[in-house]
Amino acid sequence: MSGQRSLDRRGFLTRGLAAASATLLGGCDDLSDQPWVKRVLDSAETLTRVTQRALLSPQALAREYSEADLSKEFKANGSTDPQEPDYLAQVKNGFADWKLAVGGLVEEPLSLSLDELRAMPSRTQITRHDCVEGWSCIGKWKGVPLAALLEKARLKPNARYIVFYCADNLFDTGEEKDKYYESVALVDAVHPQTILAYEMNDQTLPVAHGAPLRLRVERQLGYKMAKYVMRIEAVDEIATIRGGQGGFWEDLGYEWYAGI
Amino acid sequence: MEKREVIYRHSGAVRITHWINALVLLFLLMSGLQIFNAHPALYLGSKSTFDDPIMALQAVQDGDKAKGITDILGHTFDTTGVLGLATDADGQPDERGFPWSLTIPGHRDLSMGRRWHFFFAWLFVFNGLVYLVWSLLSGHLRRDLAPSGQDIKHIGASILEHAQLKFPRGEAAKRYNVLQKLTYLIVALVLLPLMLVTGLAMSPGMDAAFPFLLEILGGRQTARTIHFITASGIVLFVVVHIVMVLLSGVWNNLRSMITGRYVIEPAEEKS
Repeated sequence: MSGQRSLDRRGFLTRGLAAASATLLGGCDDLSDQPWVKRVLDSAETLTRVTQRALLSPQALAREYSEADLSKEFKANGSTDPQEPDYLAQVKNGFADWKLAVGGLVEEPLSLSLDELRAMPSRTQITRHDCVEGWSCIGKWKGVPLAALLEKARLKPNARYIVFYCADNLFDTGEEKDKYYESVALVDAVHPQTILAYEMNDQTLPVAHGAPLRLRVERQLGYKMAKYVMRIEAVDEIATIRGGQGGFWEDLGYEWYAGI
Repeated sequence: MEKREVIYRHSGAVRITHWINALVLLFLLMSGLQIFNAHPALYLGSKSTFDDPIMALQAVQDGDKAKGITDILGHTFDTTGVLGLATDADGQPDERGFPWSLTIPGHRDLSMGRRWHFFFAWLFVFNGLVYLVWSLLSGHLRRDLAPSGQDIKHIGASILEHAQLKFPRGEAAKRYNVLQKLTYLIVALVLLPLMLVTGLAMSPGMDAAFPFLLEILGGRQTARTIHFITASGIVLFVVVHIVMVLLSGVWNNLRSMITGRYVIEPAEEKS
């Protein structure tokens, strides 16, 4: 093979690869916007959720760590300093007038102060927080098991999801409908490690991490663990709520089932 | 003198799973780099030690100039234009781990990157299972890939032949040589399965279902690092694989992986 021919071939291959990759890339970006492509790709989410549910017994616990494993710096992500006037007023008086509302498909709607939540049975756990971005931090959380709250409020038989409405508005749109919210299925809501935490690393939960109350759902990714929880609602359907995908990030394209 | 001979080299199952795998791995790699770009740093252990990553891609300000920096085990390299800082599709400066041209989607979109990645991850699993089950049942693994004692003995000679870019002819060309066998075995039975296992170990759900995943891999962040390194190993394999295909007769190799038919050139005449 002559050197000249080899160079030509290399040039041809390089050009060919560049053209192919540009087509592929442009193609994928266009494809990403097509509804049918989204539907096909979404089929994988269903498959993942069904498979993980089948492999994961309802009681299986996320790994718990020791004090020695605690992260020196636990990264605060998403909203870290909400500027909503109502929330700032609550921060100012130490959440003294703050109450958690529990409603929706329950027999007995609740309205609980922080002291009342603290008086309930608690669970303390040192767990790993996995962000969808790829990093992990280990923190110690103390809070009231969501199962205990739901037991107190007595779920109606048609309740299928628990929805969490939060105080923060990440993109500062000033609109109620753009505030953070999340939802979990009952199986995750009553999991022993699912708690509403009011303490982190033996301190009162700081604002950056969701004061006064943040959700911990230890078998899923960080964005499920809503911060600044103000109100909880039991519902039978999440498709009718806000963007219809079951959460703030879900409405922006992230998976509702965040087990991977 | 021997004649040119055409043999049937690759079975239908190998050809189909090979090309599906090639396509699937390309999508997994590019969507994987999109996901990596959401936090372009690697750590060891269970948690991220943000001030001490073992590898990080970042953009830093150097005077009035922005630079792309790659940090590996405390050694920093200026990778402006490629890693850490490059230009986007419109030629504007773009602070990203890997450049837009290597990611799916091209623009920054973690949620779509994840959707592409997990969709192709399932295809990868199904395709890989078909290949492995078929390889075991058909004897492909034992007959074509497991090195014989004779092979192992000739490993030194085979390395030398490869280094001189001498490719076997005649009877010897009908089988994979020992380096090919070992490489394909390592890729099919170690590297590709390791991608799946380390991928699953990053899933908080699967970690709760199979806590031993974290034990054997040394923690979630180590698993993520192994996922990245193994992916790099597969990229390296593909590069070498394509170079070898080009050097050892591109049309013959391509035809054999499409139609199955492979031309054996007669062995050189002994003088």
